[in-house]
Amino acid sequence: MKKSEVPQDKGSVSEKGSRELYYALDENGEYTTALSTGWEPKQIVQDHTLNELQERIDQAKSDVKNNLVSPIVYFMELKRMDWQIVADYTGIWKWRVKRHAKPAVFQKLSDKNLNKYAEAFEISVEELKNYKGD
Amino acid sequence: MQVDFQHHITAHCENGVASNLLKNKGLDISEPMVFGIGAGLFYVYLPFIKVNHAPGISYRPMPGWIFNGLAKRLGIKIKRQKFSTPEKAQAVLDDNLKNNIPSGLQVGVYHLPYFPEDYRFHFNAHNLVVYGKENNHYLISDPTMETIHKMTEAELEKVRFAKGFLAPKGHIYYPIHIPEKIDWEGAIRKGIQKTCSNMLAPVPIIGVRGIRMVARAIAKWPIKYGVKKANYYLAQMVRMQEEIGTGGGGFRYIYSAFLQEAGKKINNPTLLTLSAEMTAIGDLWRDFAVKASRVYKQRSNEEDVYNSLSADLLHLADLEEEFFKKLKKAI
Repeated sequence: MKKSEVPQDKGSVSEKGSRELYYALDENGEYTTALSTGWEPKQIVQDHTLNELQERIDQAKSDVKNNLVSPIVYFMELKRMDWQIVADYTGIWKWRVKRHAKPAVFQKLSDKNLNKYAEAFEISVEELKNYKGD
Repeated sequence: MQVDFQHHITAHCENGVASNLLKNKGLDISEPMVFGIGAGLFYVYLPFIKVNHAPGISYRPMPGWIFNGLAKRLGIKIKRQKFSTPEKAQAVLDDNLKNNIPSGLQVGVYHLPYFPEDYRFHFNAHNLVVYGKENNHYLISDPTMETIHKMTEAELEKVRFAKGFLAPKGHIYYPIHIPEKIDWEGAIRKGIQKTCSNMLAPVPIIGVRGIRMVARAIAKWPIKYGVKKANYYLAQMVRMQEEIGTGGGGFRYIYSAFLQEAGKKINNPTLLTLSAEMTAIGDLWRDFAVKASRVYKQRSNEEDVYNSLSADLLHLADLEEEFFKKLKKAI
Protein backbone atom coordinates (compact mmCIF):
# COMPACT_ATOMS: atom_id res chain seq x y z
CA MET A 1 0.00 0.00 0.00
CA LYS A 2 1.21 3.48 -0.84
CA LYS A 3 1.10 6.26 1.69
CA SER A 4 -1.38 8.12 -0.49
CA GLU A 5 -3.72 5.10 -0.32
CA VAL A 6 -3.94 4.97 3.47
CA PRO A 7 -7.71 5.15 3.99
CA GLN A 8 -9.29 8.22 5.54
CA ASP A 9 -12.88 6.97 5.90
CA LYS A 10 -15.17 7.44 8.85
CA GLY A 11 -14.25 5.15 11.75
CA SER A 12 -15.18 4.68 15.38
CA VAL A 13 -11.67 5.30 16.73
CA SER A 14 -11.47 8.70 15.10
CA GLU A 15 -14.80 9.60 16.67
CA LYS A 16 -13.08 9.23 20.03
CA GLY A 17 -10.37 11.59 18.86
CA SER A 18 -7.65 9.16 17.86
CA ARG A 19 -6.36 7.72 14.62
CA GLU A 20 -4.67 4.46 13.68
CA LEU A 21 -1.12 4.02 12.48
CA TYR A 22 -0.38 2.31 9.16
CA TYR A 23 2.88 1.28 7.54
CA ALA A 24 2.92 2.32 3.90
CA LEU A 25 5.34 3.08 1.08
CA ASP A 26 6.44 6.60 0.15
CA GLU A 27 7.16 7.76 -3.43
CA ASN A 28 10.64 6.20 -3.29
CA GLY A 29 9.42 2.77 -2.20
CA GLU A 30 10.64 3.31 1.37
CA TYR A 31 8.48 2.29 4.29
CA THR A 32 7.08 5.09 6.38
CA THR A 33 4.03 5.57 8.60
CA ALA A 34 0.75 7.43 8.18
CA LEU A 35 -2.32 7.96 10.32
CA SER A 36 -5.76 6.78 9.23
CA THR A 37 -9.15 7.96 10.45
CA GLY A 38 -10.80 4.68 9.47
CA TRP A 39 -11.51 2.24 6.70
CA GLU A 40 -14.96 1.56 5.30
CA PRO A 41 -14.80 -2.28 5.00
CA LYS A 42 -13.73 -2.44 8.63
CA GLN A 43 -16.60 -0.22 9.68
CA ILE A 44 -19.06 -2.36 7.71
CA VAL A 45 -18.11 -5.59 9.49
CA GLN A 46 -18.02 -3.71 12.77
CA ASP A 47 -21.52 -2.35 12.26
CA HIS A 48 -22.78 -5.75 11.19
CA THR A 49 -21.35 -7.29 14.37
CA LEU A 50 -22.95 -4.68 16.60
CA ASN A 51 -26.32 -5.16 14.87
CA GLU A 52 -26.14 -8.89 15.47
CA LEU A 53 -25.25 -8.35 19.11
CA GLN A 54 -28.18 -5.94 19.45
CA GLU A 55 -30.44 -8.66 18.05
CA ARG A 56 -29.19 -11.03 20.72
CA ILE A 57 -29.90 -8.42 23.38
CA ASP A 58 -33.41 -7.80 22.02
CA GLN A 59 -34.07 -11.53 21.88
CA ALA A 60 -32.96 -11.93 25.50
CA LYS A 61 -35.15 -9.01 26.50
CA SER A 62 -38.26 -10.56 24.99
CA ASP A 63 -37.36 -13.99 26.42
CA VAL A 64 -37.20 -12.45 29.90
CA LYS A 65 -40.51 -10.78 29.29
CA ASN A 66 -42.09 -14.09 28.25
CA ASN A 67 -40.58 -15.79 31.29
CA LEU A 68 -38.42 -18.11 29.18
CA VAL A 69 -35.12 -17.06 30.71
CA SER A 70 -33.98 -15.19 33.81
CA PRO A 71 -32.57 -11.63 33.74
CA ILE A 72 -29.06 -13.14 33.90
CA VAL A 73 -29.31 -13.93 30.20
CA TYR A 74 -30.32 -10.39 29.32
CA PHE A 75 -27.47 -8.77 31.26
CA MET A 76 -25.01 -11.34 29.95
CA GLU A 77 -25.89 -10.30 26.39
CA LEU A 78 -25.98 -6.62 27.28
CA LYS A 79 -22.45 -6.83 28.69
CA ARG A 80 -21.25 -8.80 25.62
CA MET A 81 -20.45 -11.81 27.78
CA ASP A 82 -20.97 -15.52 27.25
CA TRP A 83 -21.56 -18.32 29.81
CA GLN A 84 -17.87 -18.79 30.47
CA ILE A 85 -17.19 -15.10 30.99
CA VAL A 86 -20.12 -14.82 33.42
CA ALA A 87 -18.77 -17.89 35.23
CA ASP A 88 -15.29 -16.34 35.44
CA TYR A 89 -16.54 -12.97 36.73
CA THR A 90 -18.90 -14.46 39.32
CA GLY A 91 -16.79 -17.44 40.34
CA ILE A 92 -19.85 -19.65 39.85
CA TRP A 93 -19.47 -22.79 37.74
CA LYS A 94 -20.74 -22.51 34.19
CA TRP A 95 -23.29 -25.32 34.55
CA ARG A 96 -24.73 -23.54 37.60
CA VAL A 97 -24.88 -20.22 35.75
CA LYS A 98 -26.85 -22.00 33.05
CA ARG A 99 -29.23 -23.35 35.69
CA HIS A 100 -29.65 -19.88 37.17
CA ALA A 101 -30.74 -18.75 33.71
CA LYS A 102 -34.03 -20.60 34.31
CA PRO A 103 -36.64 -18.23 35.74
CA ALA A 104 -37.83 -20.70 38.39
CA VAL A 105 -34.30 -21.33 39.68
CA PHE A 106 -33.46 -17.63 39.53
CA GLN A 107 -36.42 -16.87 41.82
CA LYS A 108 -34.86 -18.98 44.56
CA LEU A 109 -31.32 -17.56 44.31
CA SER A 110 -29.72 -16.47 47.58
CA ASP A 111 -28.79 -12.83 48.09
CA LYS A 112 -25.16 -13.88 48.12
CA ASN A 113 -25.39 -15.33 44.63
CA LEU A 114 -27.51 -12.48 43.35
CA ASN A 115 -24.87 -10.13 44.60
CA LYS A 116 -22.17 -11.97 42.65
CA TYR A 117 -24.15 -11.58 39.44
CA ALA A 118 -24.97 -7.94 40.13
CA GLU A 119 -21.29 -7.19 40.66
CA ALA A 120 -20.29 -8.98 37.48
CA PHE A 121 -22.87 -7.00 35.49
CA GLU A 122 -22.04 -3.74 37.34
CA ILE A 123 -25.65 -3.18 38.45
CA SER A 124 -27.49 -3.32 41.77
CA VAL A 125 -29.19 -6.47 43.08
CA GLU A 126 -32.51 -4.61 42.83
CA GLU A 127 -31.99 -3.87 39.14
CA LEU A 128 -31.13 -7.50 38.48
CA LYS A 129 -34.07 -8.91 40.45
CA ASN A 130 -36.61 -6.46 39.11
CA TYR A 131 -35.70 -6.63 35.44
CA LYS A 132 -38.84 -7.76 33.63
CA GLY A 133 -37.83 -7.27 30.01
CA ASP A 134 -39.73 -4.00 29.61
CA MET B 1 5.12 11.51 40.19
CA GLN B 2 5.95 11.05 36.57
CA VAL B 3 8.63 9.00 34.95
CA ASP B 4 10.44 10.45 31.98
CA PHE B 5 8.75 8.60 29.13
CA GLN B 6 8.07 9.28 25.49
CA HIS B 7 4.77 8.05 24.02
CA HIS B 8 4.81 6.89 20.40
CA ILE B 9 1.76 5.59 18.58
CA THR B 10 2.26 2.21 16.88
CA ALA B 11 0.10 -0.09 14.80
CA HIS B 12 0.03 -2.99 17.26
CA CYS B 13 -0.12 -2.88 21.05
CA GLU B 14 2.48 -5.45 22.06
CA ASN B 15 5.04 -4.21 19.52
CA GLY B 16 4.36 -0.71 20.70
CA VAL B 17 4.81 -1.41 24.39
CA ALA B 18 8.04 -3.31 23.70
CA SER B 19 9.41 -0.62 21.41
CA ASN B 20 8.41 2.26 23.69
CA LEU B 21 9.81 0.59 26.83
CA LEU B 22 13.10 -0.25 25.12
CA LYS B 23 13.44 3.24 23.64
CA ASN B 24 12.93 4.55 27.16
CA LYS B 25 15.85 2.38 28.30
CA GLY B 26 18.03 3.81 25.55
CA LEU B 27 17.68 1.08 22.93
CA ASP B 28 16.35 2.69 19.76
CA ILE B 29 14.26 -0.04 18.15
CA SER B 30 11.41 0.50 15.71
CA GLU B 31 8.05 -1.25 15.82
CA PRO B 32 8.78 -3.31 12.66
CA MET B 33 12.08 -4.51 14.20
CA VAL B 34 10.26 -5.62 17.36
CA PHE B 35 7.65 -7.38 15.25
CA GLY B 36 10.15 -9.09 12.95
CA ILE B 37 12.70 -10.20 15.52
CA GLY B 38 9.93 -11.11 17.96
CA ALA B 39 8.32 -13.24 15.19
CA GLY B 40 4.94 -11.56 15.55
CA LEU B 41 3.52 -12.72 12.22
CA PHE B 42 1.42 -15.77 12.95
CA TYR B 43 -1.79 -17.56 12.10
CA VAL B 44 -3.82 -19.99 14.11
CA TYR B 45 -7.34 -21.32 13.60
CA LEU B 46 -9.12 -22.47 16.75
CA PRO B 47 -12.53 -23.77 15.60
CA PHE B 48 -13.15 -25.32 19.02
CA ILE B 49 -12.82 -21.97 20.84
CA LYS B 50 -15.66 -19.54 20.36
CA VAL B 51 -14.73 -15.87 20.51
CA ASN B 52 -17.74 -13.54 20.47
CA HIS B 53 -19.87 -16.53 19.43
CA ALA B 54 -17.70 -17.27 16.36
CA PRO B 55 -14.78 -19.66 15.72
CA GLY B 56 -11.47 -18.26 16.93
CA ILE B 57 -8.88 -17.11 14.43
CA SER B 58 -5.74 -15.40 15.63
CA TYR B 59 -3.22 -13.57 13.48
CA ARG B 60 -0.77 -13.16 16.34
CA PRO B 61 0.90 -15.47 18.83
CA MET B 62 -0.06 -15.65 22.53
CA PRO B 63 0.28 -12.40 24.49
CA GLY B 64 3.85 -11.88 25.62
CA TRP B 65 5.43 -14.08 22.94
CA ILE B 66 6.56 -11.21 20.72
CA PHE B 67 8.34 -9.38 23.52
CA ASN B 68 9.72 -12.62 24.98
CA GLY B 69 11.00 -13.80 21.61
CA LEU B 70 12.55 -10.41 20.97
CA ALA B 71 14.19 -10.37 24.40
CA LYS B 72 15.60 -13.85 23.94
CA ARG B 73 17.11 -12.99 20.55
CA LEU B 74 18.57 -9.65 21.67
CA GLY B 75 19.79 -10.83 25.08
CA ILE B 76 17.39 -8.55 26.97
CA LYS B 77 15.98 -9.63 30.31
CA ILE B 78 12.36 -8.90 31.15
CA LYS B 79 10.78 -9.15 34.57
CA ARG B 80 7.22 -10.44 34.55
CA GLN B 81 4.79 -10.86 37.43
CA LYS B 82 1.19 -11.94 37.88
CA PHE B 83 -0.78 -11.49 41.07
CA SER B 84 -3.37 -13.21 43.18
CA THR B 85 -4.81 -9.96 44.55
CA PRO B 86 -5.32 -6.45 43.09
CA GLU B 87 -3.71 -4.88 46.18
CA LYS B 88 -0.38 -6.61 45.56
CA ALA B 89 -0.61 -5.76 41.86
CA GLN B 90 -1.11 -2.09 42.60
CA ALA B 91 1.65 -2.00 45.23
CA VAL B 92 4.19 -3.37 42.76
CA LEU B 93 3.12 -0.90 40.08
CA ASP B 94 3.30 2.05 42.49
CA ASP B 95 6.74 0.93 43.65
CA ASN B 96 7.92 0.79 40.06
CA LEU B 97 6.70 4.31 39.38
CA LYS B 98 8.49 5.51 42.53
CA ASN B 99 11.65 3.89 41.22
CA ASN B 100 11.31 5.49 37.78
CA ILE B 101 10.34 2.30 35.99
CA PRO B 102 7.65 2.69 33.32
CA SER B 103 5.82 -0.63 33.30
CA GLY B 104 4.03 -2.65 30.65
CA LEU B 105 0.66 -4.12 31.58
CA GLN B 106 -1.53 -6.75 29.96
CA VAL B 107 -5.16 -5.63 30.21
CA GLY B 108 -8.67 -6.45 29.07
CA VAL B 109 -10.23 -3.89 26.72
CA TYR B 110 -13.87 -4.19 27.82
CA HIS B 111 -13.49 -1.66 30.63
CA LEU B 112 -10.97 0.68 28.99
CA PRO B 113 -12.66 4.08 29.37
CA TYR B 114 -10.95 5.75 26.41
CA PHE B 115 -11.81 2.97 23.93
CA PRO B 116 -14.74 3.56 21.59
CA GLU B 117 -17.85 1.65 22.60
CA ASP B 118 -17.73 -0.66 19.58
CA TYR B 119 -14.18 -1.80 20.33
CA ARG B 120 -15.03 -2.85 23.85
CA PHE B 121 -15.19 -6.62 23.85
CA HIS B 122 -13.98 -9.13 26.42
CA PHE B 123 -10.58 -9.32 24.80
CA ASN B 124 -7.79 -9.68 27.33
CA ALA B 125 -4.59 -9.50 25.32
CA HIS B 126 -4.20 -5.74 25.06
CA ASN B 127 -1.03 -4.01 26.24
CA LEU B 128 -0.23 -0.55 27.53
CA VAL B 129 2.39 1.30 29.57
CA VAL B 130 1.85 3.10 32.87
CA TYR B 131 4.46 5.79 33.33
CA GLY B 132 3.19 7.98 36.12
CA LYS B 133 0.61 8.76 38.77
CA GLU B 134 -0.89 12.18 39.48
CA ASN B 135 -3.66 12.84 42.03
CA ASN B 136 -4.55 9.14 42.13
CA HIS B 137 -4.77 8.97 38.35
CA TYR B 138 -2.41 6.75 36.40
CA LEU B 139 -0.81 8.15 33.26
CA ILE B 140 -1.37 5.68 30.46
CA SER B 141 0.57 5.35 27.24
CA ASP B 142 -1.56 3.08 25.09
CA PRO B 143 0.50 2.53 21.92
CA THR B 144 -2.60 2.22 19.72
CA MET B 145 -3.71 5.72 20.72
CA GLU B 146 -2.41 9.03 19.42
CA THR B 147 -2.25 10.68 22.82
CA ILE B 148 -1.81 9.68 26.45
CA HIS B 149 -4.75 8.95 28.73
CA LYS B 150 -5.52 8.91 32.45
CA MET B 151 -7.20 6.23 34.52
CA THR B 152 -8.26 6.06 38.15
CA GLU B 153 -6.97 3.34 40.47
CA ALA B 154 -10.34 1.58 40.30
CA GLU B 155 -10.45 1.75 36.49
CA LEU B 156 -6.96 0.36 36.16
CA GLU B 157 -7.69 -2.42 38.63
CA LYS B 158 -10.71 -3.42 36.59
CA VAL B 159 -8.79 -3.83 33.32
CA ARG B 160 -5.83 -5.52 35.01
CA PHE B 161 -8.14 -8.06 36.59
CA ALA B 162 -10.47 -8.60 33.67
CA LYS B 163 -11.79 -12.17 33.58
CA GLY B 164 -12.28 -14.71 30.82
CA PHE B 165 -9.97 -16.19 28.16
CA LEU B 166 -6.34 -15.10 28.70
CA ALA B 167 -7.20 -13.24 31.94
CA PRO B 168 -4.27 -10.93 32.63
CA LYS B 169 -4.20 -11.46 36.44
CA GLY B 170 -2.50 -8.11 36.91
CA HIS B 171 0.35 -9.11 34.57
CA ILE B 172 3.12 -6.47 34.74
CA TYR B 173 6.39 -6.54 32.81
CA TYR B 174 9.40 -4.35 32.15
CA PRO B 175 12.95 -4.77 30.83
CA ILE B 176 15.57 -5.02 33.57
CA HIS B 177 18.70 -5.64 31.53
CA ILE B 178 19.81 -4.58 28.06
CA PRO B 179 23.19 -5.89 26.87
CA GLU B 180 25.85 -3.38 25.82
CA LYS B 181 26.48 -5.06 22.52
CA ILE B 182 23.71 -6.55 20.44
CA ASP B 183 24.15 -9.07 17.65
CA TRP B 184 21.52 -7.67 15.27
CA GLU B 185 22.39 -9.97 12.42
CA GLY B 186 21.97 -13.10 14.50
CA ALA B 187 18.77 -11.78 16.05
CA ILE B 188 17.25 -10.88 12.68
CA ARG B 189 18.18 -14.28 11.27
CA LYS B 190 16.66 -16.14 14.21
CA GLY B 191 13.52 -14.02 14.18
CA ILE B 192 12.99 -14.71 10.48
CA GLN B 193 13.66 -18.42 10.96
CA LYS B 194 11.07 -18.54 13.72
CA THR B 195 8.44 -16.79 11.60
CA CYS B 196 9.14 -19.14 8.68
CA SER B 197 8.87 -22.23 10.85
CA ASN B 198 5.61 -20.93 12.38
CA MET B 199 4.02 -20.09 9.05
CA LEU B 200 5.20 -23.35 7.46
CA ALA B 201 4.47 -25.47 10.55
CA PRO B 202 3.37 -29.04 9.80
CA VAL B 203 0.28 -28.53 11.96
CA PRO B 204 -3.13 -28.29 10.27
CA ILE B 205 -4.38 -25.29 12.29
CA ILE B 206 -1.20 -23.16 12.20
CA GLY B 207 0.39 -20.94 9.53
CA VAL B 208 -0.42 -21.46 5.84
CA ARG B 209 -2.04 -24.80 6.63
CA GLY B 210 -4.33 -23.01 9.08
CA ILE B 211 -5.22 -20.44 6.39
CA ARG B 212 -6.11 -23.32 4.04
CA MET B 213 -8.26 -24.96 6.68
CA VAL B 214 -10.19 -21.72 7.19
CA ALA B 215 -10.51 -21.32 3.41
CA ARG B 216 -12.10 -24.76 3.13
CA ALA B 217 -14.32 -24.11 6.13
CA ILE B 218 -15.77 -20.79 4.93
CA ALA B 219 -16.90 -22.32 1.64
CA LYS B 220 -19.16 -24.57 3.73
CA TRP B 221 -20.39 -21.94 6.18
CA PRO B 222 -23.55 -20.80 4.30
CA ILE B 223 -24.78 -24.40 3.83
CA LYS B 224 -23.71 -25.66 7.23
CA TYR B 225 -24.87 -22.73 9.36
CA GLY B 226 -27.22 -20.75 7.12
CA VAL B 227 -26.49 -17.38 5.58
CA LYS B 228 -27.14 -15.32 8.71
CA LYS B 229 -24.67 -17.17 10.88
CA ALA B 230 -22.15 -17.46 8.06
CA ASN B 231 -22.26 -13.69 7.59
CA TYR B 232 -21.72 -13.18 11.29
CA TYR B 233 -18.73 -15.58 11.33
CA LEU B 234 -17.25 -13.82 8.31
CA ALA B 235 -17.68 -10.43 9.98
CA GLN B 236 -15.78 -11.73 13.03
CA MET B 237 -13.04 -13.12 10.83
CA VAL B 238 -12.55 -9.81 9.02
CA ARG B 239 -12.75 -7.90 12.29
CA MET B 240 -9.93 -10.01 13.77
CA GLN B 241 -8.04 -9.62 10.54
CA GLU B 242 -8.19 -5.88 10.00
CA GLU B 243 -9.01 -4.42 13.33
CA ILE B 244 -8.35 -5.98 16.68
CA GLY B 245 -4.75 -6.97 16.14
CA THR B 246 -4.43 -5.48 12.65
CA GLY B 247 -3.62 -9.04 11.68
CA GLY B 248 -4.15 -9.39 7.93
CA GLY B 249 -2.93 -6.67 5.61
CA GLY B 250 -1.71 -4.51 8.49
CA PHE B 251 0.65 -7.17 9.80
CA ARG B 252 1.98 -7.90 6.32
CA TYR B 253 2.89 -4.23 5.89
CA ILE B 254 4.67 -4.13 9.26
CA TYR B 255 6.53 -7.28 8.25
CA SER B 256 7.47 -5.72 4.90
CA ALA B 257 8.77 -2.67 6.73
CA PHE B 258 10.80 -5.02 8.93
CA LEU B 259 12.29 -6.85 5.94
CA GLN B 260 13.25 -3.53 4.38
CA GLU B 261 14.89 -2.23 7.56
CA ALA B 262 16.56 -5.57 8.27
CA GLY B 263 17.78 -5.97 4.68
CA LYS B 264 19.57 -2.64 4.92
CA LYS B 265 20.87 -3.26 8.40
CA ILE B 266 22.51 -6.59 7.59
CA ASN B 267 23.12 -5.75 3.94
CA ASN B 268 20.98 -8.49 2.40
CA PRO B 269 19.37 -7.26 -0.84
CA THR B 270 17.18 -10.38 -1.13
CA LEU B 271 15.25 -9.19 1.92
CA LEU B 272 14.46 -5.93 0.09
CA THR B 273 12.99 -7.84 -2.86
CA LEU B 274 11.00 -10.02 -0.48
CA SER B 275 9.78 -6.92 1.34
CA ALA B 276 8.17 -5.71 -1.89
CA GLU B 277 6.65 -9.14 -2.39
CA MET B 278 5.15 -9.18 1.09
CA THR B 279 3.67 -5.72 0.49
CA ALA B 280 1.85 -7.12 -2.54
CA ILE B 281 0.54 -10.02 -0.43
CA GLY B 282 -0.64 -7.47 2.17
CA ASP B 283 -2.56 -5.64 -0.56
CA LEU B 284 -4.30 -8.93 -1.43
CA TRP B 285 -5.32 -9.47 2.20
CA ARG B 286 -6.92 -6.05 2.13
CA ASP B 287 -8.66 -6.87 -1.15
CA PHE B 288 -10.04 -9.94 0.61
CA ALA B 289 -11.46 -7.73 3.38
CA VAL B 290 -13.03 -5.38 0.83
CA LYS B 291 -14.66 -8.30 -0.99
CA ALA B 292 -15.89 -9.81 2.28
CA SER B 293 -17.41 -6.49 3.35
CA ARG B 294 -19.49 -6.45 0.14
CA VAL B 295 -21.42 -9.45 1.46
CA TYR B 296 -23.22 -7.02 3.78
CA LYS B 297 -24.23 -4.67 1.00
CA GLN B 298 -25.56 -6.98 -1.70
CA ARG B 299 -27.44 -10.07 -0.71
CA SER B 300 -27.44 -12.02 -3.97
CA ASN B 301 -25.46 -15.18 -4.70
CA GLU B 302 -24.27 -15.73 -1.14
CA GLU B 303 -22.86 -19.17 -1.86
CA ASP B 304 -20.87 -17.86 -4.81
CA VAL B 305 -19.39 -15.12 -2.66
CA TYR B 306 -18.26 -17.65 -0.07
CA ASN B 307 -16.77 -19.92 -2.72
CA SER B 308 -14.95 -17.02 -4.25
CA LEU B 309 -13.66 -15.82 -0.86
CA SER B 310 -12.52 -19.35 -0.16
CA ALA B 311 -10.60 -19.43 -3.44
CA ASP B 312 -8.98 -16.08 -2.63
CA LEU B 313 -7.88 -17.34 0.74
CA LEU B 314 -6.43 -20.53 -0.76
CA HIS B 315 -4.54 -18.36 -3.22
CA LEU B 316 -3.17 -16.26 -0.32
CA ALA B 317 -2.06 -19.45 1.43
CA ASP B 318 -0.21 -20.57 -1.72
CA LEU B 319 1.48 -17.20 -2.10
CA GLU B 320 2.53 -17.16 1.54
CA GLU B 321 3.82 -20.71 1.45
CA GLU B 322 5.99 -19.84 -1.52
CA PHE B 323 7.03 -16.59 0.12
CA PHE B 324 8.14 -18.12 3.42
CA LYS B 325 10.03 -20.88 1.63
CA LYS B 326 11.97 -18.21 -0.27
CA LEU B 327 12.50 -16.19 2.90
CA LYS B 328 13.87 -19.24 4.69
CA LYS B 329 16.44 -19.69 1.93
CA ALA B 330 17.34 -15.99 1.89
CA ILE B 331 18.93 -16.01 5.33
